[in-house]
Amino acid sequence: MSATAATSYGPSALGGSIRRFVELTLTLARTEFKLRYFGSVLGYFWSLVRPLLFFGVIYVFFTQIINVGKGIPHYGVYLLTGIVLWTYFSEATGSCVSCLVAREALIRKIRFPRMTVPMSVSLTATFNLGMNFIAVLVFALASGITPRLSWLELLPIVLGFIVLATGIGMLLSALYVRFRDVQPIWEVISQVLFYSSPIMYTASSYKGLEHVALLNPIALMLTQMGNAFVHPPPVATHVAGRIVYEQRMRDALTASGGPLHLAIGLAIIPALFALGWWVFTREAPRVAENL
Amino acid sequence: MGGRLTAAEPVISITNLTKTFRLPHEQYHTLKERVLHPLRFRHFDLVRALDDVSVDISEGEFFGIVGRNGSGKSTLLKCLAGIYGIDSGQINIRGRLSPFIELGVGFNPDLAARDNVIINAIMLGLTRSEARSRFDAIVEFAELEPYMDLKLKNYSSGMHVRLAFAVAIQVDAPILLIDEVLAVGDAAFQQKCFDEFARLKASGRTIVFVTHDMGSVERFCDRAMLIESGKVVDIGPPPSITRQYNEINFAHLRERSTTEGDEPPPAVAEIRGARFESSVGEKIVSVAQGEPCCVTIDVRFHTAAEDPVFAMELRTQRGEVAFAATSFADGPSGRFHAGQDATAKIHFDNWLAPGRYDLSAAVKPNQRGVDTLDVRTGIASIIVHKSGRAAGGFVDLPHTFEIERR
Repeated sequence: MSATAATSYGPSALGGSIRRFVELTLTLARTEFKLRYFGSVLGYFWSLVRPLLFFGVIYVFFTQIINVGKGIPHYGVYLLTGIVLWTYFSEATGSCVSCLVAREALIRKIRFPRMTVPMSVSLTATFNLGMNFIAVLVFALASGITPRLSWLELLPIVLGFIVLATGIGMLLSALYVRFRDVQPIWEVISQVLFYSSPIMYTASSYKGLEHVALLNPIALMLTQMGNAFVHPPPVATHVAGRIVYEQRMRDALTASGGPLHLAIGLAIIPALFALGWWVFTREAPRVAENL
Repeated sequence: MGGRLTAAEPVISITNLTKTFRLPHEQYHTLKERVLHPLRFRHFDLVRALDDVSVDISEGEFFGIVGRNGSGKSTLLKCLAGIYGIDSGQINIRGRLSPFIELGVGFNPDLAARDNVIINAIMLGLTRSEARSRFDAIVEFAELEPYMDLKLKNYSSGMHVRLAFAVAIQVDAPILLIDEVLAVGDAAFQQKCFDEFARLKASGRTIVFVTHDMGSVERFCDRAMLIESGKVVDIGPPPSITRQYNEINFAHLRERSTTEGDEPPPAVAEIRGARFESSVGEKIVSVAQGEPCCVTIDVRFHTAAEDPVFAMELRTQRGEVAFAATSFADGPSGRFHAGQDATAKIHFDNWLAPGRYDLSAAVKPNQRGVDTLDVRTGIASIIVHKSGRAAGGFVDLPHTFEIERR
């Protein structure tokens, strides 16, 4: 670990050593995790209770009051999974926004790869996601869904969420250093994303707008989640007088309207990640001065 | 200068380093402001914090960087530490470098001291396993064994600093950057820090040390650099650098010896001024150790006074009285009539330790009690330079050293 490149000495997004990068990210994430839960009485369970309460409210509202969930098989499981995934996304991106500013003391005093900051925030949210997923699995099994091979599709779906959230997180955190209005703007966009993504309803509710709405990668991933995780594959398409197939949880390919639509939607994920990465690495050397 | 060190290869080599900060005239933080005033965006001041700085620091060297507030010394340290990017020039560093720009970076008040130690050590560049294995040494150095499970918010500030310093010391990189860490902690702990620096120096670490404390520069540094307005004024042996620093920094003291303030003049006796003079009667602001020196106090009596007592004291920067003298010991001073001017002169050989001392002067009606006719605190200051043989301590008493062999 002796030589330092002659030309570019200074702070950077990534730093030299991968090992140190990983270690720092883990340390920061672990600290964050401890801080968040060790001070409170219920500790970690708050991270579980919050989405569960939210789920409870929405579940009661949509099944008992306005009947949205009625025709959807295993609506509760779909809703809970969607809420848990959304909670991850919104937590990761929301706390990334101010993460550099919040760690000002660190950034102005120590040289370390700046990228570890949003990475660690995203990782903390991933810890929570992992814990919450235990609740999801328990609930799914209790609701009578039998495990099957397509559950494995959850892995790429969750990975997609992580990549998407981290990419957006990098972008937002770098921008927030310069523009403080990123925060309220992102809050609004988050709200729009929440209601426009099929969390409380399924993609079939989009009706004519389905092909457009499913360009949203979150909608795409949730739809596929419904198909792979919640919905049992073979299902009758007709019940006399009522068109039930609209409520079916089709796979993302069918619902989005073909490979091209699917490809566009999915391409947004790496594209946003690349954009976030690029902006962040560009801003990283000057972050300490601009804070 | 520093010829004896040229044999070693430089571990830090800075060449023509320039660093400019852009400071916007008006800070635009919101998009709306940007959109409304797209053209005003480019108005910013360029502040050149470092201007063409070049220096080589050799392996094992204890190198001091001194300068006034805003002179660019901290910016230089941050560039060295890799916190700020540089605009032009080059920095080459051989070996791992551990910056302690501030102690206890990443310390979190809500976590136990135990966790904070590990986190801080990792932030400073250790791996987790290294941090674990050095944990005991850190705790032992900080002398905080019983308190490791306490949350940091329950620590006193002194304990906090001890812990932070212990971690920083144990990180133990071959190159250390130290910014003003000696300004904290109690005397005993400071002494421990000094000892630790001496040990690090002896073990061949390269240390770059930024400070205002000329005493520690003279005590520890092999060489020092004075910067002013981002430019290198001089690089050389510590005594010469501290002398120049004092000249720049305390130039204003020359102007301060007359009375100031809006209070009405005292009724009986008024101190009109006080200053330090050399043995030949020239006004001085600095003096070397061991040199004769004179404090001169000008007093005007507005009404007649019988046997007033003249007094003076010199205080260190920590407020301790290093030296005090009164005219009482020499017997009654006699009668002064109204309108009479008098000058009290206190001659002494200056055996004070290097540092800055503030003069307080007083005229009292008599020796007893706290009544004063006039008193001026901090009316003048003097800087004591190190001369050849002082080895530390509050005073450098004239002495001889004898070793007998039997």
